[in-house]
Amino acid sequence: MLFVIALALVACVWEMYKAIGPAEGGSILGLPLPKTTDRAMPHTWDMVRRLGEPENRGGSDPIWISVAGYAWYTFRLALLGLVMGAVVGIGLAVLMARFSFAERGLLPWVIMSQTVPLIALAPQVVSWSGKVDIFGWEIPRWFAVCILAAFLSFFPIVVGTLRGLKSAPPAAVELMHSYAASWWETLVKLRFPAALPHMVPALKLGATLSVIGVIVSEISTGISGGIGRAVLSYGQAATGDPTKVYAAVFGAAALGLVLFGLVVSFDVFVMRNRPHEEAGNS
Amino acid sequence: MNVRRLAAAVVPPLVVGALFLLLWEGVVRVFDLKPFFLPAPSAIATAFVDNTQRIWEAMVVSGGNALAGLVAGTLVGIAASFLLMRFNILNELATPLAVALNAIPIIVLVSVFNNMFSITSEVPRRLMVTLVVFFIVLVNVAKGLRHVQPTHLELLRSYAASPREVLVKARVPNALPHLFTALKIAAPTSVITAFVAEYFGGSQNGLGSRITSNVANSKNAVAWAYVVGACLLGLTFYLISIALESISTHRRGSDLGGA
Amino acid sequence: MSAVVVNHVSKVFNEGRTNQVDALVDIELAVEPGEFVSLIGPSGCGKSTLLRLVADLIHPTSGDVLVNGKSAAQARADQDYGMAFQQSGLFEWRTVERNIELPLELKGWDKAKRRARAEEMLALVKLTEFGRHMPWQLSGGMQQRVAIARAFAAHPRLLLMDEPFGALDEMTREHMQSELLQICEATGTTVVFVTHSIPEAVYLSDRVVVMSPRPGRIVDVIDVGLGDDRTDDTREDDRFFASITEVREALRGIEQAEILGGVEDR
Repeated sequence: MLFVIALALVACVWEMYKAIGPAEGGSILGLPLPKTTDRAMPHTWDMVRRLGEPENRGGSDPIWISVAGYAWYTFRLALLGLVMGAVVGIGLAVLMARFSFAERGLLPWVIMSQTVPLIALAPQVVSWSGKVDIFGWEIPRWFAVCILAAFLSFFPIVVGTLRGLKSAPPAAVELMHSYAASWWETLVKLRFPAALPHMVPALKLGATLSVIGVIVSEISTGISGGIGRAVLSYGQAATGDPTKVYAAVFGAAALGLVLFGLVVSFDVFVMRNRPHEEAGNS
Repeated sequence: MNVRRLAAAVVPPLVVGALFLLLWEGVVRVFDLKPFFLPAPSAIATAFVDNTQRIWEAMVVSGGNALAGLVAGTLVGIAASFLLMRFNILNELATPLAVALNAIPIIVLVSVFNNMFSITSEVPRRLMVTLVVFFIVLVNVAKGLRHVQPTHLELLRSYAASPREVLVKARVPNALPHLFTALKIAAPTSVITAFVAEYFGGSQNGLGSRITSNVANSKNAVAWAYVVGACLLGLTFYLISIALESISTHRRGSDLGGA
Repeated sequence: MSAVVVNHVSKVFNEGRTNQVDALVDIELAVEPGEFVSLIGPSGCGKSTLLRLVADLIHPTSGDVLVNGKSAAQARADQDYGMAFQQSGLFEWRTVERNIELPLELKGWDKAKRRARAEEMLALVKLTEFGRHMPWQLSGGMQQRVAIARAFAAHPRLLLMDEPFGALDEMTREHMQSELLQICEATGTTVVFVTHSIPEAVYLSDRVVVMSPRPGRIVDVIDVGLGDDRTDDTREDDRFFASITEVREALRGIEQAEILGGVEDR
């Protein structure tokens, strides 16, 4: 509810600025100001109205259907990328929890990788599609995009899962030791359930990164059919059709929210029996 | 620091890193992989040395955008967090917005900004970085300003301290570590954002566009050299933020009880 | 055959380094089956360390520990003992009854058998209606009762407890002590119990082992002659207070030695 009010406020600020701001842009105290013409900053109601109009002149379906299609394309790739990244990430975290040399050798690299733009590798990774042969199966472009998305989401998931696995209370670990439980039994019965609260914020971050990874891959490699390319091409068509790009922006926002919503539902389901603590966000 | 502990911390990653590079080089040579597929580390190193000047120029452009956005976003974020702390209603409104924006790939707004400003300026990218940094700083600093230990608040109230005194003596010092936490996240994020923003059109002299064009021309070793440049940039920003944090905590002493 | 035999056991932490600690030196102790023995002493006297040695959670630097005639390691592998700590150590994602079932799962019992035993244990600690609850819905005392139920679940012959009632208020503590005694008497379990509280040690035990720190060693073993059927009235018995005094004097003796002896080098 508050979210809707907040959005409405943002729209109000937008319109207020349009009313009082300089038409050709300019600057105030050296800070640049956006232009307020209808071409540069369309009215919010125009943005909404545009959603009902067709994508291209002469088309039949309203643009929001086309945008939904693009968003769905991107969404599937992002979801697959997230799942792949989660599987590999969790597996690696378990390995690192088991073998301390693995942890000491790999963790610094994992942490460091979160500070550098790995997304720079997007063009390279996608260029492998069509050239790599795995047992006679050529990697299709869309799968290369998934690999990149998985690669991006994998790193925070490793960090979060590892932290979670190590967060089991020492008393509980001693208890399992007193039961002569094997390392694997301790993992399954204690460490993994204890890790879940730490894994959820990591998965949320992974979801966001996966979406961005797919969008950027689309843009940097000319893949069509996804929301990234839609945003770019609509943006470039803005001189003729200024409100079009906002339709794509809304689509991208919706897709992000849906994927995030999936992770949140997973969170709620998995933690349903646990005490409700203050949200521990990083 | 104890030499043994330092060695235990540093040696494994170095060993892993060295092994990885050797493996990479080996695989490229043994399988005779073409450079347009995967260049060898040696080829990348050569390309880096050959193109250092140009890589540096691109780093300056992307880094400049990142830095401008980082500074702007931090300042506005800090200012906004004070407002949020003061007016609870703003806090209530901002929280769902911040959560939602976390989920959304707001990077697509660069296309919108390209229309709002002249397409050849660096402003859309700087604005994007500012926006991203703003939210990171806002969320963390606001938390630090609001969530002071109840014991401290009670103590100050028993001294009949005014809200302003409480702010200065308790809330701000409490928020400082949160600010540095935010910076440690925001600094590398600013580089990444500046970088990614370049993909959405506009001037083509930053790191992102260079990488794309070099891959498109099958000059992959050069593209990877730019990637190395981007990594160095991100790492530098991160290390600076860590250095800033350690200066501040060094003077503060250890965390007393923490927030 | 004794239930627990501690044979010239020493434990040194950080051997050879500057922060070396002689946690235990030449400990000799034998606990008979069905006996209730408390370990008491000031901080650093090694009582928790000794308990963990018996549990095979840590290993002695020298000497050996026998449990039911086997090595401590074998006893742990055979699951001959149950353990309870100060933190209840319940898994917050499992229901109360599934928490009790945990050691049985690890032993490979099938579902029906586990469920039956868990219900039996819940009845033993008088928490039958709470089987389906989550641990965080229970009070601290109730959580500890679940932890005790879990410790008894596999019907171990030996129970090792490290200040299990330490986090509870006095009234709940006394109540739990009575319950524990009842259960132990009914099952004939041998108990080694670490505590900080003199009245608790005396009320529960057949013998109280007094330990002192730096280095950790046994200074006295006091027989508590209160007999087997102890009730709440026992707490007001003269013999109860006499035993408490005996233990207190032994502990005070340690204090004096410390003060007179000055600070020793480690």
